[in-house]
Amino acid sequence: MEGQSPVQLEVERLIRVHGRNRTALMPILQELNRAHSYLSEEAMLCVSKELGVPRAEVYGVATFYSFLSVRPRGRFVIRMCRSISCAKQGKFHPVTAALMEELGISFGETTPDGLFTLEKTNCMGMCDQGPAILVNEDVHVKLTVASVLEIIDDYRRKAKAEGFGKKIA
Amino acid sequence: MDVKSVRGLVGNKLSFESVSADNGLKRAANMTADEIISQVIASGLRGRGGAGFPTAKKWEFARSEKGDSKYIVCNADEGEPGTFKDRLILTDFPDLVFAGMAIAGKAVGAEHGILYLRAEYAWLRDHLEKVLEWRRSAKLLGKGLFNNKYFNFDIQIRMGSGAYICGEETALLESLEGRRGDARNRIPFPVQAGFLGKPTVVNNVETLAWVPCIIEKGPSWFSAMGTKKSPGAWLFSVSGDCKRPGIYEYPFGTSLHQLLEDVGGEDAKAVQVGGASGLCVPPTGFSRTLSAGDLATGGSIIIYGPEQDMFDVAENFQHFFADESCGQCVPCRIGNVRLLDAIRKMRKAGLDAETERTLRQLTSTMRTASKCGLGQSSTKAFLSILDNFKNELPPVVGEAKATAAAE
Ligand SMILES: Cc1cc2nc3c(=O)[nH]c(=O)nc-3n(C[C@H](O)[C@H](O)[C@H](O)COP(=O)(O)O)c2cc1C
Ligand code: SF4
Repeated sequence: MEGQSPVQLEVERLIRVHGRNRTALMPILQELNRAHSYLSEEAMLCVSKELGVPRAEVYGVATFYSFLSVRPRGRFVIRMCRSISCAKQGKFHPVTAALMEELGISFGETTPDGLFTLEKTNCMGMCDQGPAILVNEDVHVKLTVASVLEIIDDYRRKAKAEGFGKKIA
Repeated sequence: MDVKSVRGLVGNKLSFESVSADNGLKRAANMTADEIISQVIASGLRGRGGAGFPTAKKWEFARSEKGDSKYIVCNADEGEPGTFKDRLILTDFPDLVFAGMAIAGKAVGAEHGILYLRAEYAWLRDHLEKVLEWRRSAKLLGKGLFNNKYFNFDIQIRMGSGAYICGEETALLESLEGRRGDARNRIPFPVQAGFLGKPTVVNNVETLAWVPCIIEKGPSWFSAMGTKKSPGAWLFSVSGDCKRPGIYEYPFGTSLHQLLEDVGGEDAKAVQVGGASGLCVPPTGFSRTLSAGDLATGGSIIIYGPEQDMFDVAENFQHFFADESCGQCVPCRIGNVRLLDAIRKMRKAGLDAETERTLRQLTSTMRTASKCGLGQSSTKAFLSILDNFKNELPPVVGEAKATAAAE
């Protein structure tokens, strides 16, 4: 298989798992998005070609769903619930402020080291235990200023263990 | 992740704790499709996803369709703000849901099940896959359930990717087929032509979880819990300004008063019943009951205490709809944005009579001309807040001057 880019190899592997048909489109995009935090143009073009789905439709799907992204995002995407049921919890605003201050970014931004992206999301079904955040696929509830800072530290350690910083350097 | 660590509070005893999922499934395995359907009809079970459609009727429609490839889809998209009962069911009672899907499969003649799990619940996926794996090894799933070679049913999990509209059943099917979650026209209904054009039953998580209970304990056990018109019990997701937010089970016909007392929310200024697409009920309505004839709901109860600014609520929900509209039809796509702008404006500068008339007209257009339930119900919260809490808006700039001059 010489001459194939890593993306092509990856897409082929995913097609072997999920099948070469339209219903496989979402699972394949989801896995690519999960592995790279976003869908690159190259990845979308490759999926389009391999599945025989028009590029515009692949792009259409990729931009419809809020958990898929066509722009690079951090290694960890932090999603804060913005629904009223969560926002009603008294500690909500201090936790939000602490997150922004600790990361030095606002919502919709990524830290310069590429580690964290901060986003808002609609109800994540944790209204009884707010304030809540999702970090990639894990959920954290009943946040306080102290616990949210600790959580960020845990993810920093995790990234370090993965050798995350080295990749960019 | 340890899924039980975010289980939250269960406020009272749940019926689900007193049944074993597989007694019902075992009984169903020895019943004919007609027998299963007649038990579910007798129970009076209605859908718990919001629309309240009689479950057995849906199954009968799908059953009467020709073709050997049919699907049972479990709707675990649970996106209505303030709803989290399906999360608890999937955490504590996944066997009930999977048994319910298999029973539905037997009743309808379907061998394929799909659980559509929202992306926000991806942390539940490993837990659910493990349960599925265990069920396959115990012959409760897969080929030949209970070693009966004519009873085949397997389930796969498919993930959503963050779109409230994909909880709407036809948008969910589009998403499963690898498309944008654009709601379809009804007719054909999913029971006629659903996933890949095949007859498909879409049921909510909770609806399916009740099924093995009804088969095990009998339809009258279930119907005895509610009222004649709304039989059965329901799980409510309670959040907001109260002492004990969490999951509560109530028989139909329970009043809001009773619920508020149990959860420690007696001083409520209003209760949002049915999430963002539901109604905001003021204290004068607290004697109303949770039932099909009165306050029908998807189980979301959000309590607002005395301090709550009600137009903050209206703005929060309107933002939600503007964000989540799939954008296919104009009344919903434009209407929700216009309404959001108007709410922001009125929170600063009040609402004059002329603007109010225009806005009410807009909401009626949205209600009648939108293609799916999202656009049709996205004005309910705002209207019920406007009707009951208009006095919380600041005076109109011009009018304030006029009153001052007159005094
Ligand atoms: C905008 C919108 C969102 C919906 N979200 C959900 C949902 O998250 N979960 C659900 O079960 N039903 C949801 N529904 C209702 C489904 O369309 C469908 O009626 C339901 O899944 C059928 O199952 P049931 O008969 O068991 O209630 C939604 C409907 C609309 C219009
Ligand atoms: S009403 Fe809204 S969500 Fe439904 S189809 Fe129209 S634009 Fe899409």
